[in-house]
Amino acid sequence: MQKVILKKKSATRGIKVPENKLTEHNPIEPLPLPQKVIIPMQQHIGAPCELIVKRGTKVKTGEIIGKAGGFVSAALHATISGEVSGTTKIINHATGHLTDAVIITSDGEDNWVQTEPAGDPENISSQDILNLVSKAGIVGMGGASFPTQVKLMPPEGKNIDTLILNGCECEPYITADHRLMLEQGGKILLGLKLVQKVLNPDSIFIAIEDNKSDAITHLANLICEMGMQDNFKIVPLKSKYPMGGEKTLLTTITGREVPIGGLPLDVGIVVHNVSTVKAIYDAVYEDKPLIERVVTVSGLVNEPKNLLVRFGTPISALIDYCGGMKENANKLILGGPMMGIAHFDLNFPILKGSNSILIEHAAPIIESNCIRCGRCVYACPMHLLPYMYVKYAKTHNYNACQDAYIADCIECGSCSFSCPANIPIVEYIKTAKSELNKKRTRK
Amino acid sequence: MTPEKNFMVSTSPHIWKGKSSRSIMNTVALTLILPAGASIYYFGIRAICIISAAILSSIVTEYAIKKLRGRKFVMDGSALVTGLLLALTLPPTLPIWMVVIGSVFAIAIVKEAFGGLGYNIFNPALGGRAFLSICFAREMSTWSLPTYFSLSTDAITTATPLAMDIADKTAMYKDLLIGNIGGSMGETCAILIIIGGIILISVNIITWHLPICYIGTVALFSFILGEDPVFSVLAGGLMLGAFFMATDYVTSPITNWGKVIFGVGAGIMTVVIRLFGGMPEGVCYSILFMNALTPLIDRYIKPTPYGFQKESAK
Ligand code: SF4
Ligand code: SF4
Repeated sequence: MQKVILKKKSATRGIKVPENKLTEHNPIEPLPLPQKVIIPMQQHIGAPCELIVKRGTKVKTGEIIGKAGGFVSAALHATISGEVSGTTKIINHATGHLTDAVIITSDGEDNWVQTEPAGDPENISSQDILNLVSKAGIVGMGGASFPTQVKLMPPEGKNIDTLILNGCECEPYITADHRLMLEQGGKILLGLKLVQKVLNPDSIFIAIEDNKSDAITHLANLICEMGMQDNFKIVPLKSKYPMGGEKTLLTTITGREVPIGGLPLDVGIVVHNVSTVKAIYDAVYEDKPLIERVVTVSGLVNEPKNLLVRFGTPISALIDYCGGMKENANKLILGGPMMGIAHFDLNFPILKGSNSILIEHAAPIIESNCIRCGRCVYACPMHLLPYMYVKYAKTHNYNACQDAYIADCIECGSCSFSCPANIPIVEYIKTAKSELNKKRTRK
Repeated sequence: MTPEKNFMVSTSPHIWKGKSSRSIMNTVALTLILPAGASIYYFGIRAICIISAAILSSIVTEYAIKKLRGRKFVMDGSALVTGLLLALTLPPTLPIWMVVIGSVFAIAIVKEAFGGLGYNIFNPALGGRAFLSICFAREMSTWSLPTYFSLSTDAITTATPLAMDIADKTAMYKDLLIGNIGGSMGETCAILIIIGGIILISVNIITWHLPICYIGTVALFSFILGEDPVFSVLAGGLMLGAFFMATDYVTSPITNWGKVIFGVGAGIMTVVIRLFGGMPEGVCYSILFMNALTPLIDRYIKPTPYGFQKESAK
């Protein structure tokens, strides 16, 4: 066992955030199936899906309703059985654009599509794994929603020597990955084995923050039982935000730095999230497409819970199941409190990237002048100068932001969090980035 | 069904650390109670009058200017700190009306004329003090020995230790530490200032870089030039300047390396002014000088972005 758990590591930068993991001891409960789901045709980074059902089409659970729109895209499946009762437009909260969405009304049966057995998963070929992953519509479930099969196919000439399984879950409140590691650890490890087969890396690290010591011991035991102790190594990490950020994580573990504008695979590393790897297991061993995920519902709800939710379920169903909101709730956040997106609509559906629904009470924040205290500078995991972006953005000098490497900002929120002048630094950064984007597309 | 609610929408992050500019300023003001207390102990009623005059006129000036410019006045504690710091750098014999002029100048010209908190280039308290030294050179260099709580107004005047010709400087260490000497009100008692500085460092309000480099440079440079290093460090306004003035966020470099440069630069300047300049004390002017260089330091001393490689430089 000692051999499996490596020495604890700690990031050089990073901040302490209140953890508030209210639900870490609550087992995952399946949410009763909703009456109706709304499935947007774009839930990932890349091309939107091509809609292949019409109003009135009868669908079964797991049936494809949206074909991947390109190489960087992921298929979409019906998450309940029933009838397509219409299409609608819905705001993609990440991009702010309208996307098409399919509405499926449940027949209450949850009939699954018939699938051909995939053959023996122990001896499956890499190509078959890739096919199954892309058929199952798997995307990175840690938040970015990048199509997983793309990350499993490094371009020619890039040699992947290190695979990192990201079980950090550094955002406050969220416990979805934590519970998954405790309850489905074996499946995660089998999924990891599949990824290992595809990428064939020299070393495999499982990164878990030290505030989840139960998950560390649990996975270590499982690894020993499976006899994988020579391949899988667990790296406990000191809890710091944003430990789960790909770049922070791989630098802490391997000491390598991803070059500016590059990807982890440029330095021979691929990082996958535990939920994603579990989805790969489901796709290969159970021939189950990605239609549900664990969502932590926390904050100002009466009974915070970890729920297993079908995609497309409206947020209100989750909140009702958790006993409703408390009186003073006035903020609905999709994701964690550091990077999540505040939303106004309780009918918005759960998507592939929704790891948490957080209900908060927020008082309006009064911004004051920057006092040049330097806290944002030393909080920034990307070693940037956040206060300068504010200064430039206030004078609309977006080119100066660009020259100061604003594109490298991962929008982790550490700078705003630390700012004593309450400056919403990330808001300025996002404005600057979108202005720069507009300029680029105009050219 | 969940009742309809109007949800607030804002950009992430949705939680804040909760350390405000105001609480920082208040902590600084609280630690300044140590040297202020010492000044009251040594100079009695006079010290109380000067401190209250400086604080009051600073806050009133800030309020008036904010109102004149049609802005909201927020009690962010910075005017309080400026007034208090200015008072501590003044000689205890200074007439109250001069104290008021100094405070008004510090807030109105040095701070607000540049755009207010965060935009000023020079440390307001030091700017006020420099202004007073230029206008009232004689009064600003008249020091008295501690009068304690005696009510008599005629104090025995003396020079600051820096301007004295002392044969055995080591004999003065103890008096310098506890402040039993002539000097500005709050600059005399080195030990309390050091304690205040250590408190500020331990609660993460300032970092050690600037004060340690500043004091270290003064000690080293004085030693090289044949002065007694301990005496050079303890006498005059260096301690107060290094821990409380130079570390002012607004007017010092953002990065730790920038702070090191600031400290070393100010240290060299201080010794040069003391030994070769016409004035006995150089702390005030050297910090003001480095304040002026701060934008330049910040332009060149920056953290290297994550993943920066030579070939990726544009
Ligand atoms: S949001 Fe961007 S600038 Fe702010 S700390 Fe994170 S990476 Fe740095
Ligand atoms: S943390 Fe806020 S006040 Fe401090 S330097 Fe950064 S932006 Fe300015």
